[in-house]
Amino acid sequence: MGDLLQQIIGMIDPYLLQISVNIGIAIILALGLNLITGLTGQLSMGHAAFMSIGAFSGAILTIKLGIPFSLDILIAGSMAAFAGVIIGFPTLRLTGDYLAITTLGFAEIIKVVFLNLDITNRALGLSVPPPNTQIPLAIYVWFLAILTVVIMVLIHNSRFGRALKAIREDEIAAEAMGINTTRYKIMAFSVGAFFAGIGGGLYAHFIAYINPSDFAYAKSIDILNMVVLGGLGSIPGTVIGASLLTTAPEFLGFMSKYRMLVYGAMLVFLMIFRPNGLMGGVNFRNLVFKIFSKKTN
Amino acid sequence: MFWQQLVNGLALGSTYALIALGYTMVYGIIQLINFAHGEVYMMGAFVALFLVLAFKMNVFLAMILAMAFCAVLGVFIEFIAYRPLRKSSRLSAFISAIGVSTFLSTLALLIFGADAKGFPDNSFPIVRFTIGSAEFSSLQLLIFGVSALLMLTLEFIIQRTKIGKAMRATSQDYNTAALMGVNINLVIAFTFVLGSSLAAAGGVLVGIYFNAVSFNMGLMAGLKAFAAAVLGGIGSIRGAMLGGLFLGVVEVFGVALGYSSYRDAIAFAILIIFLLFKPTGLLGEKIQKKV
Repeated sequence: MGDLLQQIIGMIDPYLLQISVNIGIAIILALGLNLITGLTGQLSMGHAAFMSIGAFSGAILTIKLGIPFSLDILIAGSMAAFAGVIIGFPTLRLTGDYLAITTLGFAEIIKVVFLNLDITNRALGLSVPPPNTQIPLAIYVWFLAILTVVIMVLIHNSRFGRALKAIREDEIAAEAMGINTTRYKIMAFSVGAFFAGIGGGLYAHFIAYINPSDFAYAKSIDILNMVVLGGLGSIPGTVIGASLLTTAPEFLGFMSKYRMLVYGAMLVFLMIFRPNGLMGGVNFRNLVFKIFSKKTN
Repeated sequence: MFWQQLVNGLALGSTYALIALGYTMVYGIIQLINFAHGEVYMMGAFVALFLVLAFKMNVFLAMILAMAFCAVLGVFIEFIAYRPLRKSSRLSAFISAIGVSTFLSTLALLIFGADAKGFPDNSFPIVRFTIGSAEFSSLQLLIFGVSALLMLTLEFIIQRTKIGKAMRATSQDYNTAALMGVNINLVIAFTFVLGSSLAAAGGVLVGIYFNAVSFNMGLMAGLKAFAAAVLGGIGSIRGAMLGGLFLGVVEVFGVALGYSSYRDAIAFAILIIFLLFKPTGLLGEKIQKKV
């Protein structure tokens, strides 16, 4: 089974494979943040910190214990989720901009602490051995990306998801309706962090070298941009945003020097002309129905 | 030792306070975290450095011109990136600010290169003298003097002039101020003029003090200044001054006690701990939520 999959993966162009794996990881990360910022409306600017926790715990478990990859990824996600609860308890009582700065500060603290710990090899970073599994990493990434989309769709349509939406729309009204807002916010935070941890674990094994400085403020903002570009709270939008922003550097390769310049200007114009993101306010299901019904006519 | 570190801390803190003022003023009026503010600070340092190097200009004159340049830059940013978004969600404006920040830091990287540059040695005479056990340098006095002068001027503008009154009215209630005949666009533009020129002054002072100006200096300074603004109670001008000084002093003492590798985390750790006990910051007003 593993050999066969390896052979199939071996036939794919390495460049395409690399981009598609990057997209898969980005989708997992961005959907996690979408749950926190898009669905619950809590601006988090420290998503990369959860990714960092997942990446380092995944890498260290593989190095020290060599445990099976599935378990490794699961623990990486759980560690991040645990951190999400720890940071969520005190901070989620704060609202809006106070929350944003606390999450940002938390991410900065995690980065500095990891830069000073022996187990994370300080500023030198860790070389990550290949995962302990027969199945190629790409298959894992794609499978988990699809699974994340499915779980997110289920969450969006569940009682839990509706509670989160209610908190986003009006926290006071939600509380009056009997929703324990702090509890739900912490739950959203830890679920989002869980997926960030999984994304981080996959990223660590895919890139094979991680450094605490990789997960700095810029990374958090990158993930936030994916969610915002696609449309806050929209799952198809987030998937599109993650895919676009991951592939954009490849398209803009011919002007790599000016890439970030274009990127910055693009964000400003996007916000002015499409403030809700590409898919914001678009009902994806209706859109699909419309396209298909046109074809049949 | 104690007094020496206190002096160093207050010098660093004054520059944080200068940047924090811009954050807090803009936030007070349009509830926007102006993330491009750190980049305006960086631009100010570069403009002054360019003037000093290219035209052999006096540092003070260069600082004033840099402040003027950044005032124009700030108004321009507001006009291009924030004004069209005034009616949309706050998150959109915030993302737009991140876009401006990315744009400006990349622009500086392309124009000035990746390596840090310093002011020429003779641009400001460095004299050292001791009072008691603390050793001052003329640079630190320059930072205290310029910061104090600018902050007093700001207090005067806000408390004693007509436009200051309009700013205070707008920050209390945007819509009512507009109904009372306050020219909102002018007030917001003026806020950006004040905030950006203070940031530019901060940038020039830091550039001379540490003798390093680089394209990414705005990021960490901006984040810490923002932390200072929140610590002081965002929207409160005196709070931003206090918060900046406090963070500067704590950071310097943290480094002096041997936690220098944790330098960048100190400010945020203090902020988080502080917010847990007093969520509105030092001088922030408690806003009653109304249903």
